[in-house]
Parts: sequence; C-alpha cells; structure tokens
Amino acid sequence: MESEQLFHRGYYRNSYNSITSASSDEELLDGAGVIMDFQTSEDDNLLDGDASVGTHYTMTNGGSVNSSTHLLDLLDEPIPGVGTYDDFHTIDWVREKCKDRERHRRINSKKKESAWEMTKSLYDAWSGWLVVTLTGLASGALAGLIDIAADWMTDLKEGICLSALWFNHEQCCWGSNETTFEERDKCPQWKTWAELIIGQAEGPGSYIMNYIMYIFWALSFAFLAVSLVKVFAPYACGSGIPEIKTILSGFIIRGYLGKWTLMIKTITLVLAVASGLSLGKEGPLVHVACCCGNIFSYLFPKYSTNEAKKREVLSAASAAGVSVAFGAPIGGVLFSLEEVSYYFPLKTLWRSFFAALVAAFVLRSINPFGNSRLVLFYVEYHTPWYLFELLPFILLGVFGGLWGAFFIRANIAWCRRRKSTKFGKYPVLEVIIVAAITAVIAFPNPYTRLNTSELIKELFTDCGPLESSSLCDYRNDMNASKIVDDIPDRPAGTGVYSAIWQLCLALIFKIIMTVFTFGIKVPSGLFIPSMAIGAIAGRIVGIAVEQLAYYHHDWFIFKEWCEVGADCITPGLYAMVGAAACLGGVTRMTVSLVVIVFELTGGLEYIVPLMAAVMTSKWVGDAFGREGIYEAHIRLNGYPFLDAKEEFTHTTLAADVMRPRRSDPPLAVLTQDNMTVEDIENLINETSYNGFPVIMSKESQRLVGFALRRDLTIAIESARKKQEGIVGSSRVCFAQHTPSLPAESPRPLKLRSILDMSPFTVTDHTPMEIVVDIFRKLGLRQCLVTHNGIVLGIITKKNILEHLEQLKQHVEPLAPPWHYNKKRYPPSYGPDGKPRPRLNNVQLKPIAEEREETEEEVHLLNSTTL
Amino acid sequence: MARRLVKCKYAQAPPLSAVRSRYVTEGTSPAGMTPGGTPGREPLELVPAPRIFHLFNDNQLFDFSSNSEDVRCKCICPPYKDHLGHIYNKNISQKDCDCLHVVEPMPVPGPDVEAYCLRCECKYEERSSVTIKVTIIIYLSILGLLLLYMVYLTLAEPILKRRLFGHSQLIQSDEDIGDHQPFANAHDVLARSRSRANVLNKVEYAQQRWKLQVQEQRKSVFDRHVVLS
Repeated sequence: MESEQLFHRGYYRNSYNSITSASSDEELLDGAGVIMDFQTSEDDNLLDGDASVGTHYTMTNGGSVNSSTHLLDLLDEPIPGVGTYDDFHTIDWVREKCKDRERHRRINSKKKESAWEMTKSLYDAWSGWLVVTLTGLASGALAGLIDIAADWMTDLKEGICLSALWFNHEQCCWGSNETTFEERDKCPQWKTWAELIIGQAEGPGSYIMNYIMYIFWALSFAFLAVSLVKVFAPYACGSGIPEIKTILSGFIIRGYLGKWTLMIKTITLVLAVASGLSLGKEGPLVHVACCCGNIFSYLFPKYSTNEAKKREVLSAASAAGVSVAFGAPIGGVLFSLEEVSYYFPLKTLWRSFFAALVAAFVLRSINPFGNSRLVLFYVEYHTPWYLFELLPFILLGVFGGLWGAFFIRANIAWCRRRKSTKFGKYPVLEVIIVAAITAVIAFPNPYTRLNTSELIKELFTDCGPLESSSLCDYRNDMNASKIVDDIPDRPAGTGVYSAIWQLCLALIFKIIMTVFTFGIKVPSGLFIPSMAIGAIAGRIVGIAVEQLAYYHHDWFIFKEWCEVGADCITPGLYAMVGAAACLGGVTRMTVSLVVIVFELTGGLEYIVPLMAAVMTSKWVGDAFGREGIYEAHIRLNGYPFLDAKEEFTHTTLAADVMRPRRSDPPLAVLTQDNMTVEDIENLINETSYNGFPVIMSKESQRLVGFALRRDLTIAIESARKKQEGIVGSSRVCFAQHTPSLPAESPRPLKLRSILDMSPFTVTDHTPMEIVVDIFRKLGLRQCLVTHNGIVLGIITKKNILEHLEQLKQHVEPLAPPWHYNKKRYPPSYGPDGKPRPRLNNVQLKPIAEEREETEEEVHLLNSTTL
Repeated sequence: MARRLVKCKYAQAPPLSAVRSRYVTEGTSPAGMTPGGTPGREPLELVPAPRIFHLFNDNQLFDFSSNSEDVRCKCICPPYKDHLGHIYNKNISQKDCDCLHVVEPMPVPGPDVEAYCLRCECKYEERSSVTIKVTIIIYLSILGLLLLYMVYLTLAEPILKRRLFGHSQLIQSDEDIGDHQPFANAHDVLARSRSRANVLNKVEYAQQRWKLQVQEQRKSVFDRHVVLS
C-alpha cells in the first residue's frame, strides 16, 4: 500500500511515458522479464491511479516474494524487471553478453541431472538455428505474397482480367494465342478500364478514361496506405533501414518490430508499390524480415530475454530480408555484414547464411515472377566487354556518385523541413499530393507508367530480334543470316531516338520525385528508384556509345574491337552498371552491392565493370560528404548510433569529454552503506540520470560499482511491497556485509544484487581514441572515469556522440547545419515545475537540443552534474 | 512433373479475430528439374488445412491435371525472309519445349526449317495459378478486414462511446486532448474500465492498451517527429 502512496506523491513521475512501458507486451522489442510476470501481477493494480503515473513499476512486482527472514534470497532470486530497458534507451552489450554466458553455464551444469534437463539444453543449443529457420520461412513467404499482390495491384491500375480476377496482365494472357508481334501485348481476356467503362479500346476517349482511372487507383492506393499506417502502426512508414541499423547497434524502440508493424507494413507496402509512387519494396522487406525475426525470437527464452542475443537473430533476419528482396542470398549476408549489423561474429554469419538460404528457397518455391528465378530482372546475355568500355563505366560511376550526393543533400533538406516546420503536420495530405503529381506526370510517358521493376528489367535487357519495344527499334539488316545471339551493332532507328527522349524525361522525373518520395509516411524503399535512375542513365550512355562505335568504328579506341558487323557494345550492360553506381552513390555500399547486382542479374562476367563503377561512385560521393543516406537519416533523427566506419582522429582526453564539466556541480553518487531509501528516492526524483556510481563513502570516494536508475526504482518498489519493514528511513546497503546499526533502526535493504560490480573504467588521461574504440567494439553504454581509484566522472555513449558532433562542427564549419531547426517545444519540466536540469552547461549539440525539447528519456544515460 | 505443396505462410492475422493463419499454396518444381517424376506431395502442415481447403475447389488443389494450364512453352520467332515474326504458345512438357514441337504449322518449307528454328527462342515457363489466387484472396481479405476495423475505429466507435458514456465527459476530454484522431479517448476508457474489472474485460483492456501504444507511436512519429522523419 505504500507503493500507492508513492504513486500519489508522484515518486516516479520522472519515468517518462509510462504508457509505453505499461503496455509492454510480447510485441515489444524488449522488457522480456517484465512480460513474463505481467499476467501474474495484479491487473487491478495496474489500472489503479492515473494511467500516466508510474504504472510500469506495478507490473514488475509479480514475482519475487522475499519473506523477511530470507533477506539473502534477494541475491539469488532476481527481481523481475531488473536488467530490462526502457523505451528509447541503449542496451549494454557487455552486460547482456555476461547474462547470456551465465545462463549458458547454468544450463550446462544442470544438463547431467536428468533427461529432461538434457532435452532442455539441446533445445537451447538448437534454438538459434530454429529461430533463423522460422524467420527465413516467414520472410520468404511474406516476400512471395508481397511480390504477387504488388504485381496484381500494379496492373489493376490499367485494367482487369475478366476471366480470373486474381491474375495480373501477364498471367491473364498466359495461354492466349496472339501470334503476331503487333498483338503480343494484347489478349481478349485482359480489359483495360476504358474498354470496360466506355467500350472502346482505342482513341482519345479511351486514353483519357485510362488516364483518369490510373490516377484514381494511384490516389486510392496511396490514401489507403497512408491511412492504414496512420491508424494502426505509425512505425511502419519509411524504409526502416536507418532504424534497424540503430536497433542493431543497441537501441531500443519498442513496438518497432512488433506484430502490428509487420502486418501493416506488409499490407501497405503492396499498396504503396502499386500506387506507382517512386519507391521500392526492398528496404521495407528488410524491416519485414526483422519483424519476423523479432516475433519468432519470443518463442525461445534464449533470445527473448537477452537483447544482445536478439540482435544476432535480427542480423540474420536482415540478411534474409535482402535475400528475398533481391533474390540475392549471398548479397543479403554481405549486406547484413557491411551495412546494417553492428556486432557480427562468425556464428551470426553462418546463421545469416542459413536464413538467407531458407528464405530464398521458399521464395523460389512460390515462384512469384513465373520465370523460375528469384528475381524479375535476370539477364541472359553473356557478351564480352572491352577494355575501353571502362571509361564510360567510370563516367557512370561519377554520375552515380553525383546523384548520390545530390540525393542525400536534397532529401535530408526536405526531411528536415518536414521534421521542423508545420508542413510535417499533414502526412496524409503530403502522400496524396505526391501520389497525384506522380500519377499525373507518369502516365503519359510509357517508361514512367511502367512499374519501376519492369522498367529496370526492360532497360537491362539486351536488344535481340525478339524484342518489340521501341528501345530496340534499330534499323535491321533483314537478310543477315546470323543466329540470334550475335547481332552486330546497328544504327538506331527513330524508335530508339524517341525512346531516348522519353528516357531523359523519365530520368528527370524520377530524380525529382524520388527526392520528395523517400520519407513520406508510407513504406518506401530506396533501392529500386535509385537503380531505375542509374539504369536509365546507363542505357542512354550505352546507346550513345553504341552509336558512336557504329559510326566511328575507325577511331583508334574502337578500331581494335568494333569492326563493322561486330557486336561490341551492349547497352543493357551499361544500364546494369549505371544502376549499381547510383545505388552505390546513395547507400555507399561496395562489396555487398556488387554481389547483389551480379546475383540479381546473373552477370558474373561483369564484376569488374561493376566494381569499377561502384568504387568510383563511392569516391565521388565521399568527396561531397562521407555518409550514406542511412547514416544521414540516423543523424537527422538523432538516434544514438556510433558509426564504426568513422575514424576518430582527435587528441582529446577522457577528462575533456566526461561529465560533470568543471563548471558543473559534482557527480551524483550513491554511497555503499549510509544512504536511506528516502535519500535514494529523492536523488532519483531530483535528477534525470539513468545511472549512479556507487562509492565507498563520501570521504574515500573509491568506486564500488554502478547502479542503474531503472533497476534501482524497480528494486526499491519491489522491496517496499514485498519485504516487511522497509520504510523511508531504512538504510540501503550495497556492500557485502550490513554495517552494524543501532537496535531501533529499521531493517536495512540489501541491493547488492542490482549493483554492477564490474563497471568499465578508464582513467582521466585515456585518449579519446581509445575510449571511442572501447565503446564501439564492446558496445558499452557508459564508462566511469577514475583517477587513482577515485571516481571523477562518467562518459556515456551520448557524450561521445555529442563530442564527435562538436568536433565535426568545429573542423568542418561549412558542413550543412543539419540541426538548423528552431526550437518548437518548451523545455520539459520536472515534477516540481522547475525546468529539468540541463545536461551540462556547455552549448549542447543539436542532437541533444532536439532530444531535450521533445523527450528527455531519449537521452542515453545522462551524466551527473550537481 | 514433380510437384510439391509448398507452404506459404502469412503470419499475421486481423486484430479482432483470433490468430488465424492460412497457408496454402502450391508451388511447382524448378524448371531445371528432371521431368517425368510422379506427382509427389509433401504437405508441410503448419495449419489447420481443411479449413482452407474447403474454401477452394478441392479439385484444383489436388487434381493436378486441371492445372496443366500452368505450364507453357512459348516460342518467339523473329521475322525470317518474307515471314513476319510469330509467337507460338503451347502446353507441352519441358522436354518437348523446342521449336520443332511447338511451331505448328511450320510456316517455312522443309529446307528452311532448320534456319528458321535456329532463330526462334523457346522458353518453358511455369506458374501456379492456385498460389496466385490464394495469395490475392488472402491479401484482399486481410486488407478488407483492416479497412473495416479502421472505419469502425474512426467512425463508429466514437459515436458508440459517446452514447455509452454520455456527452459531458467526452466533450471535456476532447477539449483536453484537442485531438480527434482515432483512439483519442483511449486514456479515458482505460481508466474507466478498471471500475468493472472482470475477465471479460481483459480483451477490451488489451485492446485499449494497444491503442495507447499506437497513440504514443503516432505522437512520436507525426507530432513530435522524434523518430522516422
């Protein structure tokens, strides 16, 4: 009952939105300990009081019944909820790994006891493979569903299959016998909307009707998508890769990988792709796969209770996601390694490999494209390329790098605008407007009207005699009697020239629309539009080079290879290289990208051109700004992501970074045995720090350990409820032995079990290079700074990020002011109406400003400044 | 043709109904497989299959002969001499998928057949119409359910609650929150529902909890722009 009083006193008001915490269920990313006990805790209690006050502590008191006579039980029996994390907090990798090893030892030691324990240990050992298998199965199946449904809905914009409503255009005409080239795309079963509504298939009337229906469907799909996202799962919007990168680096976003996010993302992804917006489904598929991984990891206690282990599953899941998104299993594994994962031991590599394999296998069995391949754009030519072609390939690389740099700047500027101005208040309207503009402009141009994947496929394809598109309208030499595969370079016909015009327009259109599309509140991936832009540019360059070689085959560069009648230039290859270059410019991936592209197209011979172009585009892109689009978005949102790729080259010391600063009040600390429960509660109330160093005593200041705020509140709350005789004036004892107390004093509260006895420490003279490295490699959350064994201060991950940002601003004053938004939210107020303590007195970096304005909890561990 | 039943799994279910997953689909063997095997089926069951199966025509699922529409051999022959380009399309087994079997009647006289056929490109393709049908039906039904639920939450529920709980309270809370989005009153309802705490209310309680969660997400994404902007 005391606890209820506590609530009314607003004891825990600092705890941020208890709504999320109170509503933790298995769909949340973490907090498993809490989940386990949730059902057993008194629901009535949970509902007591204002829902906004501290309910999340109530739910943690279901377990641990410590009778007063067994005080020491506290040491053995963990208090439920201790060791879990709040929303928007960073996990401590080291602690999680220790926890896992301990669990492993426990299971191993019990193994010999009985057959049942043996089975349990086997299950435990296999659960890693089981969970990635399930993840692979689920993501493969979902990818198949998305592919099929998206194909069908995309074609629904044009018409419908009357004989079987569930077929898309291609499937509808599966068995039709339209034998001539002119009629190859027509079949009686497939009706365009104009045919159905006004009864004519040709003429301006039907064109206008089709136009109207196209816009109508595009708008309704976009509207449905955004409203579903808005109503059911706001976290389902966007590409998801920046957030997944952040989560994998050890951040907690509850609900981001939950059931509802999964369902809504799957459903709306189809709608978004079908609406013709300039977006792709690849990035969101990674998110979908990660949701599957997260959900399945709840079946296995090994993963559900340990955040670090769970991230291993998520790494494997993201590999499965790329595997099915591109049909590139190896590329998926490398993508996981190069781009998203933070901690990637060999074991995870194998699991990723296996997950990618299973997912690709399932997708292949579903055979969504009907070509017995995993991907739509599989090229079948194997024409050789020549050395001089490296020049245009490198030019394409330059184009890709420029596009990437331009896209990142423009898109980030636009997203910042959305984030910081009123304009961001109208997400639905924005989506509708973008969809309307896209549809209106896209329809007249056949290359933009096409589904983007289809467009890429067409651009990748080489012109054989079988092609009927205007891209292949070359002037043919009718009486050539060569076999199909080896068609010499030919002069372009009028069709090709008009196609080039249309492609140029399509290129400009795609470039502009993609900038505005990426980041709207529907699931939107970036890979496909980027590839489309590169493929268009590449195809144009390819045709240009081809014509150049045809008309000037006596130039010295062409002389050796391009004789009359030789087939020396393949424009489709240029499209492929361009696509890789543009994707590389945007994402700054290298190895995984090349592997993805050659798996995607089957062009094993073209690895060298792809590598040349991707490398060039990375260099050119890096010249304009070192970060890829995902890092840029992470920075825009201010996620606490410590990039392992960046180098730290400054000469600062740990003492320069640690909190408190010289001008700040001293560190808030706990002493190991002479504070009372009330003292600690007051300290927790007055500060917003997430952890407190524990020292021997005020006099000696020597370090004993580290206690986390969340653990403290949970433990005290639990003790107040469950243990008799714990009142405000009880001593709290972190030490091994309870100090001798006067006889009349209340019983002491032993909290040694929640004390981290081995906090990481560095001395104040440690160079920051080393500290940053420690943080990156070990995934620390905080690190204490000592001098002669005396605690001086603390460095948190956030302090490091702030420091890096500060140095960056200092060194590169011309860097774009990414925090360029004015303050819109009043400072947050503490429980007593006073503004909460600022982190420190120095000028806060933008990330801190934004966070502080909005929600203080998003901060990592705040350091102490009295 | 060796064929398998392959499980296609859709892991999510609509909110109101219990978790109800439907999986079925039928995949066909890779094109590269040796043809001529007996139809082997290994239904990988995860699901109460009968429920699904009676939804669709049993024949279509199990009688593979009715599925023969699902293979085709398509030959595209480019213009040759004075013959225009032609496309031939035939249901034929993979082993017979070549120009000589598919192109009928042969448009060119005997001596030219070889030259003509060399230019033709024949592709053997398979699909599974049942997979497509089932996928589209599953997709549309989930979409439909979600839409219905969305309409219910945005339109019907506020009206119902208004009737149930009377005007004054809600108007007040509306002013407080200043927010007419769906679930805006979830806080209220959650607080209120404790007064009649019984087992039946657990479902509603869970639902309200979920709503609060979504509301919180919506705030951080759309209002505060903390994440995902």
